[in-house]
Amino acid sequence: MLLLTCPCCGVTAEETEFHNAGEAHLKRYGPGSDDADYEAYMFARKNPRGVHFERWRHAFGCGKFFHAARCTMTLEVFGTYSAQTLAPPAEIAAKIKARRPEWEGYK
Amino acid sequence: MSEAVSALPHAQYSGLVDLAEAGLTGMITLRGDLASPVLAEAVRAATGASVPEVRRIEAGESGQAAWMSPDELLLIVPYEGAAGVVEALETALAGEFATAAEVSDARAFFRITGPQARDVLAKVCPVDFSDFAVGELRRTRAAQVAAAVWREEGDVWSLVCFRSVAQYVWDLLATVSKPGGEVGFYR
Amino acid sequence: MSHRLSTGGRLIDRSRSLEFTFNGKSMSGYEGDTLSAAMLGAGQVLAGRSFKYHRPRGVVASGAEEPNALVGLGEGQRYEPNQRTTTTELFSGLKATSQNHWPSLEFDVGAINSKLSRFLPAGFYYKMLIHPRAFWKHVYEPIVRHSAGLGRAPDAETRDADRYEHFYAFCDVLVAGGGVAGLTAARAAARAGKRVIVMEQTAHFGGRAPVDGEVIDGMPASEWVDGVLAELHGLENVTVLERTMVAGVHDHGYILGYQRVADHQPGADKPRHRLWRVRVGQLITATGAIERPLSFAGNDLPGVMLASAVRDYVVNWAVAPGKRVVVVTNNDDAYRTALALHQAGVTVTAVIDARFEATGDLPAQARAVGIRVAEGMAIRQVLGSKRVSAVALCRFDSDGGAVAETLECDAIAMSGGWSPVVHLWSHCGGKLTWDDARAFFRPDPARPPLGHDGQGFVAAVGSANGMMDIVEVLSDAHQTAQGTGEAPQAEPVPEAEMLPVWMMPKQASYELRAKMWLDPQNDVKVSDVQLAAQEGYASVEHTKRYTTLGMATDQGKLSNINGLAILSDALGQAIPQTGTTTFRPPYTPISLGVIAGEAAGPVFQPLRRTPMHAWHEAQGVYWEPVGLWRRPYCYPQGEESHADAVIREINQTRTSVGLLDASTLGKLLIKGPDAGKLVDMLYTNMMSNLKVGKCRYGLMCNENGFLSDDGVVARLSEDSFLCHTTSGGADRIHAWIEDWLQCEWWDWQAHVVNLTEQFAQIAVVGPNARKVLEKMGSDMDLSREGLAFMEWRDGKIADIRARVFRISFSGELSYEVAVPASQGQAFWDAALKAGAEFGIAPYGTEALHVMRAEKGFIMIGDETDGTVIPQDLNLNWAISKKKDDFLGKRGMERVHMVSPDRWKLVGIETLDGSVIEDGSLAPLPGVNENGQRRTQGRITSSYYSPTLGKGIAMALVHNGPERMGEEIAFQGKDGATIMARIVDPVFYDKAGEKQNV
Repeated sequence: MLLLTCPCCGVTAEETEFHNAGEAHLKRYGPGSDDADYEAYMFARKNPRGVHFERWRHAFGCGKFFHAARCTMTLEVFGTYSAQTLAPPAEIAAKIKARRPEWEGYK
Repeated sequence: MSEAVSALPHAQYSGLVDLAEAGLTGMITLRGDLASPVLAEAVRAATGASVPEVRRIEAGESGQAAWMSPDELLLIVPYEGAAGVVEALETALAGEFATAAEVSDARAFFRITGPQARDVLAKVCPVDFSDFAVGELRRTRAAQVAAAVWREEGDVWSLVCFRSVAQYVWDLLATVSKPGGEVGFYR
Repeated sequence: MSHRLSTGGRLIDRSRSLEFTFNGKSMSGYEGDTLSAAMLGAGQVLAGRSFKYHRPRGVVASGAEEPNALVGLGEGQRYEPNQRTTTTELFSGLKATSQNHWPSLEFDVGAINSKLSRFLPAGFYYKMLIHPRAFWKHVYEPIVRHSAGLGRAPDAETRDADRYEHFYAFCDVLVAGGGVAGLTAARAAARAGKRVIVMEQTAHFGGRAPVDGEVIDGMPASEWVDGVLAELHGLENVTVLERTMVAGVHDHGYILGYQRVADHQPGADKPRHRLWRVRVGQLITATGAIERPLSFAGNDLPGVMLASAVRDYVVNWAVAPGKRVVVVTNNDDAYRTALALHQAGVTVTAVIDARFEATGDLPAQARAVGIRVAEGMAIRQVLGSKRVSAVALCRFDSDGGAVAETLECDAIAMSGGWSPVVHLWSHCGGKLTWDDARAFFRPDPARPPLGHDGQGFVAAVGSANGMMDIVEVLSDAHQTAQGTGEAPQAEPVPEAEMLPVWMMPKQASYELRAKMWLDPQNDVKVSDVQLAAQEGYASVEHTKRYTTLGMATDQGKLSNINGLAILSDALGQAIPQTGTTTFRPPYTPISLGVIAGEAAGPVFQPLRRTPMHAWHEAQGVYWEPVGLWRRPYCYPQGEESHADAVIREINQTRTSVGLLDASTLGKLLIKGPDAGKLVDMLYTNMMSNLKVGKCRYGLMCNENGFLSDDGVVARLSEDSFLCHTTSGGADRIHAWIEDWLQCEWWDWQAHVVNLTEQFAQIAVVGPNARKVLEKMGSDMDLSREGLAFMEWRDGKIADIRARVFRISFSGELSYEVAVPASQGQAFWDAALKAGAEFGIAPYGTEALHVMRAEKGFIMIGDETDGTVIPQDLNLNWAISKKKDDFLGKRGMERVHMVSPDRWKLVGIETLDGSVIEDGSLAPLPGVNENGQRRTQGRITSSYYSPTLGKGIAMALVHNGPERMGEEIAFQGKDGATIMARIVDPVFYDKAGEKQNV
């Protein structure tokens, strides 16, 4: 059972206080978008072996959504950060790079 | 106002700790920019308390202000005056991006008192209570439902949950407070 | 015969005798006994029968690793099967029954399986029970089912009389194991100021050291242990728990501890078990090692025990396993058992040592007291039927063809060396390394389990780390826990090298190998594993499942290493190449009760109650669960059936006035400068142009365009909307809105506040509804014009603050009144009183459903199933064409969503007026590409309508709205065909006049 730190209220809590909300940094494609973009937005989900970015909600705590950078193999949490971002911020990328030099960066 | 009753009027139990329902309590959800001086002034006017730091609860002469989220406070005031406080807040915060809503009747409020209070809470909340200071507040879960707990003073703790699950939370706390269930972890 | 010695026993109190029964037979033991010690002390060696062959079984071990001595414990509400006698503390009045035999333990019909063992080899289920095919269902399966299962399950109707609980704890260091290694580590960490928890699975600390007579820091080990414990108990930062087993090690330092608070005090007013849910910075496993059995023919007979266990019984409980004991070993440690027996006055017939020569200190001590040591020898076969009577010996380096000698004995103490307990290290991914010199797997410190920060969070110390010498054990524990100063000092006792022995004699014939047990509980023998290898089972995981080796309730604590050594040998590869099976939590079985914790009886699950819940209950309501809510389904009066109650409630409401508790409806306040923009995105309708004081029915879809929720929106002010959701949808929709606000439109200025529970919401419904409210007294104009249909007002009713919505889900004149939850009951009472003259009566959710179906209103979850778009339900009018965007709009543009071939909502009337079964399908001739019967429609709701006096239904039918009047055949679950007609879904008051009066 994971241990996560909510960047919004600073609490480090066990997984049961949180709800996973799927992949992070999805771009919404609305009316007028072409089928391929819409399909990717709705259905194409990453399932990497290694570094992954997720959305979580501190459902039993402050109620805020946030992002987590995590290794799907070792479950190592590289860091958590604001939901109001379109890509992992530089300091998170640096933390990942320090632990996973072979990581090619967020794509 | 006629026949307002709290979720579990006068409920009391004594076991490892003393449990009591706190009775009708005025509560207001206030959402907005917690750094705003206008909001701070409105909170002071409503409760006498300053805007609390993260996960803290502050007391004033007419109420308390509890930090619930980066943009949310819970104001605790006398039950009868709550509607008036909401109106005053709305007036004071006109023009601000802020929302005040009365939630007095949406909550149940319990007091947990005694030296074993932390041992009892630790049976239902996945929280480290070892360095939990007076005036600190934690939103978490109490077994299967959401709750907020804070330390009023030494051995006096408060717990707030949704009204619909008041009976569940009461039964839960009473069950884990039964004599014989001493743990002695927090000393 | 096993028996109690006249003196000694460091853990028993001879002044306190405890009576107990085994299979109804009265026996007595002493306080401090385990059940196994007490049974052996009373001469009861036979403890049960094995799973497959029903062979007689006696206790082998003295702790958690015991495979054989499992009993049913207690009775009635406290009965529990498969309890280990070795870990059961004796108490007065204990009742134990043996398992897995019929009719009795002494005479078991099932033992015939043992005679048939040639026909029940590894994998026999798969080989024998498949031909002829038809036999499986009618012959084999019933037999297998009858003989399956170990022990007897508690009576399904019986409730566990005990209570259980959880406890969440946090610490820097958790030490698993209260032996001298664990205590050394705990003390070092505690002195450094760390928060420490020590968990010891038994009731006693010190582990093997006091039994083996070790001397630590110049004092007997038990004295040293008492001293350390006293220090730990005195420290505020330390919690010491006995009778608490670390059951599992999980991700990110999450440890489960199983505390048996009151197993030894049944009936005490205490929780029986407590589950410790601990987050640790570091876990130190000081779980010791487990002795390995030796594989020789007849090693499963009662009386054959582990040498260390024999020593435990003698030293701890003054119980000897027999009068004449043979010790068989491949190492020096077993000589300690010979010496302990000798010292207790028990005859040690001989020590059979497989090694060519035994020259270490311990063998020398044994020889010095006159114990015969037979070097280079092996047990060829154990003789006896229900227990050991003699052993036939042979040369170890032989095939066992020649019996060298036969020795009479009534017990055998065997030692095949030791295996570190690596379970906890391995639970969360810690890897092992093979130690060739000592022939065991031990933790590989370079590959520990990783925590949230990617760093190892488990360290093994002492024997659990492969340290077999007391001096090594203590210094390892001290250093790993970063102790300052000197480690505890001990006297080293040098031991000569052991000889890995995986079966004896070394080249044993098939006849002997077919009598060598690896797993005595599941009856897996050396020959079974060899057969599996021969048949091509190369993976240890496959071999385990094929042979059932290690799959018994002891999870192979004694059998695993021996089994995989045999497998490796048969495959012609080294042991590390074969690898181990996976170690999974829990270490030993834990009770189901402790997993549930406090969640039993009234707190099994949170029940959400409306403010009028108690009133409904007092009426004898029949409840319907809606999410975690309980809503009144109907209110039967006296002997009235539910169906009749529903009819009465509908008739009362349609003809006069009814009362509905609608408090569970979700009520979300959306407020802020961008509130209008937000509700326009959330709903398919245009909402931002709603006038203050007005209400509008709205639909919410997910991004696929599928209907997700519906409800009435009221505009409260220029910048605020009150959005009603379905009862089950409030929390989900609240989270959904927060998600969009926080993660997509975070620059929009709108707040959402969940006010669901702030209000009791009461619907006053029926032609007399207005009269009731007016009689209750109000400062509002509730007339047809004063509060028109789809409007709301704030004011007072019956002197209670109220917000009145004039909306209708039944088609009748209807007011939904929201009052503070604390005054919900007061309002309800006032409405009942005012409505008495109109015969006012409450109605439940079923009446609500029937009335909405009569009106053709859809219900989320009935007419929708996650694949239905609003257009399917003819709700196009609620989809704004003016808006550029709303959630779900893009999804609705897809080819399949705009296809003319979709199933659409219609009404259905059976030709004979009967009520069609909900869910019935309308079949078509032929099959689809998946070979399934083609269909053209499905019933989504179906009721008896008392208003119309016949069955009415709604259905999704292919091109339905274009087929009005057409007859269509449905098929019920029983296969019968029901003829029906496609009709308009609005069955009642199509013009909507009644709600508008």
